[in-house]
Amino acid sequence: MTLLQVQGLSVQARGRALVEDVDLTLAPGERLGLVGESGSGKSLTALAVLGLLPPGLTASGRVLLDGRPVIGQPDRALVPLRGAVAAMVFQDPRMALDPLMRLGDQLAVPLRRRAAREGRSMSRQDLRAAQVAALERVAIAEPARILDAWPHQVSGGQRQRVAIAMALACGPRLLIADEPTTALDVSTQAEVMALLDRLVRDEGLALLFISHDLPVVAGIADRVTVMARGRVVEEGPTAQVFHAPAQPYTQGLIAAARRLDAALGPGE
Amino acid sequence: MRRLTFRLGLVLLGLAFAVALTTLVWTPWPVEDMSGGRLAGPSWAHWAGTDRLGRDSLSQVMIGARIALMVGLGATLVGGLIGTVAGVLAGFAQRGLDDALAAALDILIAFPTLLLAMLVVAASETASLGTAILAIGLAMSAIIARLVRVVSKRVLAQDYVTAARCCGAGWLRIVLTHVLPNIAPTLLVALALQFGLAVIAEASLSYLGLGAPPPNASWGQLLQQAQATVYTAPLGVLVPGGALVLLVLAINFVADGLRDLLDDSAEVRE
Ligand SMILES: Nc1ncnc2c1ncn2[C@@H]1O[C@H](COP(=O)(O)OP(=O)(O)O)[C@@H](O)[C@H]1O
Ligand SMILES: [Mg+2]
Repeated sequence: MTLLQVQGLSVQARGRALVEDVDLTLAPGERLGLVGESGSGKSLTALAVLGLLPPGLTASGRVLLDGRPVIGQPDRALVPLRGAVAAMVFQDPRMALDPLMRLGDQLAVPLRRRAAREGRSMSRQDLRAAQVAALERVAIAEPARILDAWPHQVSGGQRQRVAIAMALACGPRLLIADEPTTALDVSTQAEVMALLDRLVRDEGLALLFISHDLPVVAGIADRVTVMARGRVVEEGPTAQVFHAPAQPYTQGLIAAARRLDAALGPGE
Repeated sequence: MRRLTFRLGLVLLGLAFAVALTTLVWTPWPVEDMSGGRLAGPSWAHWAGTDRLGRDSLSQVMIGARIALMVGLGATLVGGLIGTVAGVLAGFAQRGLDDALAAALDILIAFPTLLLAMLVVAASETASLGTAILAIGLAMSAIIARLVRVVSKRVLAQDYVTAARCCGAGWLRIVLTHVLPNIAPTLLVALALQFGLAVIAEASLSYLGLGAPPPNASWGQLLQQAQATVYTAPLGVLVPGGALVLLVLAINFVADGLRDLLDDSAEVRE
């Protein structure tokens, strides 16, 4: 059975369509890239999948998450799906962590919820062990120090690792990563990409990877869906879309990335 | 400079609380004692003179401090609680309910505190400390709710709230772990400023006879009684008036100091 099925998804703001007639499917363990220029509707598509559109925006069409409908459902019907089926990592790690909570406390929330969901009781020591394990899983070197730190005390790369650890702590089968490396510097970007690649493989997760950068997506996704102005313009296996793009828009995206690579010079 | 006014404010406010608590067990003279002679000037026996019934002015002003703080704190508590709950609800509400709540708040804010107080007094048939607290608190709750609505919407739009909801957090969890802590600094400063305004409102209500009934010597009442003799015995106006100004000033100093303190700690987190 498909884990995520999106059919004819549209997102409207006061009559204006921001996303129109988008179709996506993801089987368990599959990796799908969602590419497009900034403003093409990628983030709204991802948020609509979880029923988390900002106020004022309405979704129509059909979204099935693990076979259960999302669109038109009350929040209380969606709460059990979130985290348990799909979890999300955001673009800017400075915004994705509460500045007034220690990192360990933030990480504890999904760990406890998952334990409760699975009917496990969790002692103080169990929790501490789970927190340390969660940080080790995302290759954080000094888990004990990071757990006691405030978000402003750690680097952007470390914050994004903690955000990834929090998403995984929910125990999802689908990870949605919305431009998770865009706000990071180049060397950290490569580390986080390698980390995501390994985690998704080790945990057998499905991945919906969103980026404006086609080469980055090509490195991690099996299939690619290209969006422009709220619509899907091209889709197919990564190699095909990358090497033989059918649409001028996609060709433009690839050419732009090549130009950027050339400008950065060899060895980037 | 800011640090200095903050400390001065804290000291004055502490003093006011100390005086207010002292009056529960001791005042220089019993309030009903009329042996001081009519409108006497300052003396060793009566530091601030006496009123037109021969009662000790200092004792009355001290009791007035207790009433000002009780009504001010009570109203701030009532206004803070109702306002925060209503504001957070409006922050979460869908379009229709949110619009209705926002309109209700605008209507409530358009009512002068004085008019609200009259309505509350009329509804409860007597003026008392309780009606003053309720009236001032209700008026304040609308202002606090409007502020809380805006700042909690701002918090709710943050990625960390979306991230928490992504992980399956319900709305109560979001309120308790994210919204309340993140609006607390703004709310605290607003409540401190409202506390000062509540003290002024209490004096105005009791000046008009809508506050606590005699013999509760509220500062507003003292001012009203001394008004007729302001030329012959100015001390009767200067002492409660000065006490009122000092207390409100102290509260505002503390509120401003609090704001600076919280701004500084927010900057560290940037
Ligand atoms: N809350 C909102 N209200 C109105 N328009 C929005 C809102 N959020 C995003 N948009 C608009 O929707 C379009 C798609 O946005 P988004 O999905 O964030 O793009 P992407 O993630 O591909 O960069 C953009 O034109 C953006 O301006
Ligand atoms: Mg986006």
